[in-house]
Amino acid sequence: MTTGSADPVEAVGVAPAADPGFLQRYGATIEYILIPGAALVGALATFGLFVALFGKNPLDLYFYMYQGAFGTWFSWQNTLTRAAPLILTALCTALPAQLGMVIIGGEGALLIGALSATSVALAMPWASPLVVQTAMVCAGVIGGGLWITLAGALRQYRGVNETISSLLLVYIGLAVLNHLVEGAMRDPASLNKPSTREIGAANMIGSIPGTDVHWGLAFGLVAAFASYILIYHTVFGFSARVAGGNIRAAKIVGLGVNKLILMICFLAGGAAGIAGMVEVAAVQGRTNANLAAGYGFTGILVAFLARHNPLAIIPVAILLGGISASGGLLQRRLGLPDASVLVLQGIIFVFVLASDALYGRIGFLKGKS
Amino acid sequence: MEFGRISRRHLLQGGAALTLGTAFGAGAARAAGTTIGFVYVGSRDDYGYNQAHAQGAAALKKMPGLKVIEEEKVPETDAVEKTIESMINLDGASLLFPTSFGYYNPHVIKMAKKFPKLRFEHCGGLWSEKDPTNAGSYFGYIDEAQYISGIVAGYSTKSGKLGFVAAKPIPQVLRNINAFTLGAKLANPKATTQVIFTGDWSMPVKEAEATNSLIDQGVDVLTCHVDGPKTMVENAARRGAMVCGYHVNQSPLAPKAYLTGAEWNWEALYPKFVKMIAAGESIPNFYRGGLKEEIVKCSPYGEAVSAEARKHADDIKAKLVAGTYTIFKGPIMDNKGNAVITAGTDRGQTDPELEKMNYLVEGVLGATS
Amino acid sequence: MSDGSLGLWTVPLAVFGGAIRVSTPFLFVSLGECITERSGRINLGLEGTLVMGAMSAYGISYLSGSPWLGVLAAGIAGAMLGALHAGICSLPRVNDIAVGIALMLFGTGLAFYLGKPLIEPTAARLPAIDFGWWSDVPQVRAALRINVLFLIGLALAPILYWAFKTTRWGLLIRTAGESSDAARAMGYSVLAIRLRATMVGGFLSGIGGSFLSLFYPGSWNEGLSSGQGITAVALVIFARWDPMLCLWASLAFGGAAALGPALQSVGVTSGYHLFNAAPYILTLAIMIITCSPKRTLTGAPAELSITR
Repeated sequence: MTTGSADPVEAVGVAPAADPGFLQRYGATIEYILIPGAALVGALATFGLFVALFGKNPLDLYFYMYQGAFGTWFSWQNTLTRAAPLILTALCTALPAQLGMVIIGGEGALLIGALSATSVALAMPWASPLVVQTAMVCAGVIGGGLWITLAGALRQYRGVNETISSLLLVYIGLAVLNHLVEGAMRDPASLNKPSTREIGAANMIGSIPGTDVHWGLAFGLVAAFASYILIYHTVFGFSARVAGGNIRAAKIVGLGVNKLILMICFLAGGAAGIAGMVEVAAVQGRTNANLAAGYGFTGILVAFLARHNPLAIIPVAILLGGISASGGLLQRRLGLPDASVLVLQGIIFVFVLASDALYGRIGFLKGKS
Repeated sequence: MEFGRISRRHLLQGGAALTLGTAFGAGAARAAGTTIGFVYVGSRDDYGYNQAHAQGAAALKKMPGLKVIEEEKVPETDAVEKTIESMINLDGASLLFPTSFGYYNPHVIKMAKKFPKLRFEHCGGLWSEKDPTNAGSYFGYIDEAQYISGIVAGYSTKSGKLGFVAAKPIPQVLRNINAFTLGAKLANPKATTQVIFTGDWSMPVKEAEATNSLIDQGVDVLTCHVDGPKTMVENAARRGAMVCGYHVNQSPLAPKAYLTGAEWNWEALYPKFVKMIAAGESIPNFYRGGLKEEIVKCSPYGEAVSAEARKHADDIKAKLVAGTYTIFKGPIMDNKGNAVITAGTDRGQTDPELEKMNYLVEGVLGATS
Repeated sequence: MSDGSLGLWTVPLAVFGGAIRVSTPFLFVSLGECITERSGRINLGLEGTLVMGAMSAYGISYLSGSPWLGVLAAGIAGAMLGALHAGICSLPRVNDIAVGIALMLFGTGLAFYLGKPLIEPTAARLPAIDFGWWSDVPQVRAALRINVLFLIGLALAPILYWAFKTTRWGLLIRTAGESSDAARAMGYSVLAIRLRATMVGGFLSGIGGSFLSLFYPGSWNEGLSSGQGITAVALVIFARWDPMLCLWASLAFGGAAALGPALQSVGVTSGYHLFNAAPYILTLAIMIITCSPKRTLTGAPAELSITR
């Protein structure tokens, strides 16, 4: 597991104070940019080769990918809109990773968060929008948080593997959502798309002024920065990283590992829960099966590519948002099937993971240790 | 085998697109209306719902000078808004066909407000006075074709038990189940239809299990309403049951077992829409039609269909085409014993009450929740 | 029974028939994963392998006309994905769980990409053997039309059980899974053992996929697996890495998948979403009941990342 040591700031902090060379000082930071960058280039080249096998011009591919993701102001907004939920769901995997846990159930937390937020909003029709929205955020955090805490608690108290349990909880969460949306919580007026009642136009959180990007992006940025400070600049985060490195050592120095695990899982699920709340309050206006759009699963990819660093999640989420934004253009201009995006994501994931082996092995950066 | 599908790039970049500009001829705004964007919720090769729309799009591609752009597997989230905007901003689309029910509210409505000069034709939605006038919703009364299937099924069953594999208990699906059952009762007043809901639009294993369970119950003619009927058709035919198809003609899959089927006829409707626009006519915002309007059609009868069944079905079909026949004609009881359409009430196809159907008629074994 | 229906008897019969019809992919994936995990590595990517196997089998069967060639192609495709997994995992500091997730994405994406033209055509299907000749109830006869792959899986479970216990390579795999140092001390390359174990696991999972597309439900489309591969991986954990328990668990899962539709066919209509989630709820419940934080799971390979 790549955890605390992946932090550039820490690496800088422990460098010797007396006249360190440039590479010695920044070697680790350069490495953390250079290696994933190289992996990304390798993945794009491989994907180019792959589409060339089917008679497409790879240069066209790169051009349309750039155009669809970052080529125009519209493309940028498209990319950022898609990145917003990914930042939040990525935190659902990245935070527990600090403790050495692999949680892949962000999708389930998103759905339960959305369901909780919607229920709260529907329960308080009298309240002013600000109150409703605040309550929705709280409900999203609590709903999503408890869902992942369940996976954490099962691991800590029953020894159930959290990777598998969090995944099973996705399927169970989806069944619960469908059951309620098509049953007890169904709006009778939602005819061919069973949904809950709408939370009301006044309660929608809308877009960031001057853009088409909804406020979910701001939630994501704030959550990512807050997570970064929590993990790298607080005693709590330090304890988590110690425990992630070595549970036994953490117990010896008297850290409450159980409590740490539950709290981290709660925060992780809470982040995905906010993503669900935002999907309701900024996009759909209600809960239905459309919420299961796979943001939770792409978030896993984002977290691993960012090596579980909350700050690195932001650019990586934008990158993957860009890939999915450009997917449409690849379909329309190059005639590639929709699955190209999946193939590309898979190739990038494989390359970045394989590149983990390179850290500390690049000759000219060796000066650092 | 051709994996990459025909590259549409040359078509898209060709100058031929401009020729229709004059054909549209109704001013500058219309002249730009030569690019048509299709958005599908699933894979356009699904041998079902999405493929039927893609066949309609393919009919437009044959018309001179039209640019048709397509995107598949676009989820019913803000992704569809971005896809539509991208088609408009990057490809200059001016006529959009978002083809999935869940796209309509809020996504298509939002886009129609944002681009008031462009035309949005949505499949399945219920356009109402409060919606933008540049958005329209069209749909086919495919229950007419299901009614014909029901008649044929009623003659063909030996056990008097028919089976229906359905995705979700929503009005469009219930209407098909009810029309199928009412048709069967014309042929065999004692016929019953057993329905099984799989819970989602594409669940092949569940669909296969539902098919087997129905046949185990003595059902010997089956039909379905899921996105891809292939699983049901093949598995039913293997067990020696007969089938009625849905969405597109599936007779090549089981030529001996295939009786008839309810098919979309988008390849007739879409060119008609384009011709209406080119002639300067406006398409009604709420556009519906059945066999008469050639929006739906019946598959040719299979060899197992008796002469008596053909005669009766053809007779009713002729009346439906002439517009002199009502399927939902009172008195109709639901399967709990309530009168849902009282004696003397004729609910013609255009009756909005039918779009809210939430009951199963007498003779259907199953429940809506 | 004069009208040809079995009434309420449909439910147990459907669960029994479902156990036979639906269990085979679970069985092959879980046996394959059993071998891989016993060698000390977890491959979460078998969902992708299953889908890739289903697509390859259908494609090759369609092009060649021989379904058995399709099964072989599915196995080879699975083994190649397994080799890729093992190859990346053999690099230092690479997390095998993450690689599994990556390959799940890659395998699924590749299968969807290549499988687009295969949805509409009909490929030659695997034959069934009629074991129900003795019965004159058509429902029983239908439930007993069994595919050879199921029988192979049925035989494979005890063979693997025996092989793990008594053969030399069974011992080698277990040694690599229990203590890589011990395997190294014996002069074997742990990475080479795991490479083979992962490839064999991928091979079996690919064959599991071929059952989906070539026998039941019996055609290729993108919703075909819907999580069966990942469920099978979870199943190995609660089957305690024991091939015989994998067999019983797979049968139970097959039966559970048939439960929802069968209940509806006899009139139990409410809560079908929850019935559809039954396999997942069942897995989680069994894991909760049988796991314990105090000790390592009985039978768990000590080198396995998820049990450490």
